[in-house]
Amino acid sequence: MTADTHAAATRSRRAGGPCITFGDDVNTDVIIPGRYLVSIDPVELAAHAFEPLGEEVQRRLLSAKVVVAGRNFGCGSAREQAATALLGAGIEAVVARSFARVFFRNAINTGLVAVECPDAVAAARDGDAVSVDHGSGEVTVEGRRYEFAPYPPTLSAILDAGGLLPYLAGAEGAQR
Amino acid sequence: MSRPLTFAQKVLERASGESGLEPGMIVDAYPDLYMSHVASWRCIRTLERMPGRTLFAPERIAMVMDHLSPAQTSKTAEHHQLCRAFAREHGIEKFWDVNAGIAHLVLMENGHVLPGQLIIGTDSHSTIYGALGAFGTGVGFSEITATWVTGKLWMKVPESLRVEVDGPLQLGVFPKDVMLSLIGRVGADGATYCSVEFHGAWAQGLSVSERATLCNLSMEMGAKNAVVPADETTVAYLAERGVAADAYDPTWPDPGATYRETIQIDGRELVPQVACPHSVDNVRPIDEVAGSALDQVFIGSCANAKYDDLAQAAAILEGRTVASGVRLVVTPGSRQILTDAVNSGIIATLLEAGALITNPGCGACAGDGGVMADGERTLSTANRNFRGRMGSYESEIFLASPATAAASAVTGRITDPREFIPASRADVEVVA
Repeated sequence: MTADTHAAATRSRRAGGPCITFGDDVNTDVIIPGRYLVSIDPVELAAHAFEPLGEEVQRRLLSAKVVVAGRNFGCGSAREQAATALLGAGIEAVVARSFARVFFRNAINTGLVAVECPDAVAAARDGDAVSVDHGSGEVTVEGRRYEFAPYPPTLSAILDAGGLLPYLAGAEGAQR
Repeated sequence: MSRPLTFAQKVLERASGESGLEPGMIVDAYPDLYMSHVASWRCIRTLERMPGRTLFAPERIAMVMDHLSPAQTSKTAEHHQLCRAFAREHGIEKFWDVNAGIAHLVLMENGHVLPGQLIIGTDSHSTIYGALGAFGTGVGFSEITATWVTGKLWMKVPESLRVEVDGPLQLGVFPKDVMLSLIGRVGADGATYCSVEFHGAWAQGLSVSERATLCNLSMEMGAKNAVVPADETTVAYLAERGVAADAYDPTWPDPGATYRETIQIDGRELVPQVACPHSVDNVRPIDEVAGSALDQVFIGSCANAKYDDLAQAAAILEGRTVASGVRLVVTPGSRQILTDAVNSGIIATLLEAGALITNPGCGACAGDGGVMADGERTLSTANRNFRGRMGSYESEIFLASPATAAASAVTGRITDPREFIPASRADVEVVA
């Protein structure tokens, strides 16, 4: 996915497709092991995403568009590449019961939709079609609808821009 | 009088210039210091894609080459080269090269972390700055880059947790054990997005080094920041490093501030604790795991490789040797700590016992040297035991105090340090 199509996808405020499911406390060393942090390229990183969990999980990740997870997704290090690696693997959104705070920040700031919606997590089975609309605050799982609290305006604006740096570039443009 | 505020509310009100902040609100805050470690090159590459941007406050930028040092690949060497050149070109005075040690410890030792400050860092364990009464929190590298140019960053005002520990601890039990016990009790997300405040006579009686262990490990229950409020110990530590008390403005929480929860820990009955694979909240009292065979013991990391940590290990290893077939890797936290440990004879004691002493830095905690093969086990004094963090995905990491690490290195099995601590030696003098 190019940066442009990625930005366009996030601006539409709706992301979705088949999901891959995980349990609680998925940590950043599992999402992207530290030995690969010498790269910031989304595609290079994606090749090693979830490597500690084995090739079968990695294959399923590449056919998924949404990650569905339990509590405390992304706990551990501050590595921004945990979000970048998921974007590189074609993931458009993460729906979790809860997020570790640095992962949540990194997701928003790299333009990866991250929403807390425990009811949707409880309903989703691996491979289900899951969509997320962060504008309206709605997740669907196989057509069933679940609501979540929409983002505060500041975060929504960053996500709509495709991340913190594009957001800053836009803000500067607006001032000129 | 206005309504009572928590430490986090006060720091963020000052740093944002706004008042009436309540938990959950999002503000633009202006941090006092922006730390980036090995991730600095990513910040620089990101800045290069923002043409025409200038640095908001070069004097607030701190860079320390700690995670992969010295470089083992030409790619890492290029990253270091990029950082050095950037620091020169932009007059970044707070730049430390591969010889300095772990960023957090280097900044604290050099008097760059002050009470009441808001500090962001490209490292989750930036919570450690609370050891000096500062609000430290981890962020991503894009956020550091954005702060380089704008001077500000969006931050959510956290709820606060109050932790009160009753002491004293038994001989052979340390602040690391208190934190492992707490993390095991509340879970890896027990303090997510919270500001953790340590209160009470026990916490105020700790050295800055011991406070650093509390604040560092708070990250492992999800904390946004952690703090031991500044006091005479803080003032004395900074004065020793040439920072006068009128150079900073401490922030204390108000009596009667609102806390989500108060957690009481009875430290008096606590025994040594061990976090078992593969999560930091998988904590057991030592008697449940004692006897497990080890291949390696690692004494290092920003959690427990400070001077007093090395001294505690040396007190047990003096006159003893590391078990046959076991590797003891000791990575002092900083060049200053290594220098002090050389001068006091601690390093000689460790070497005589059979330890491998590496250069100061993050070392094996970040998988940089000292990694494991399939099926191997390390007992580590670090703060994280996630699968594959120290080498093979089929290896295991246990976390414990430096004293437990030293006792375990002697026997080659997870061992209760109290078996090795005669009463006269247990109260190791704390220099840090």
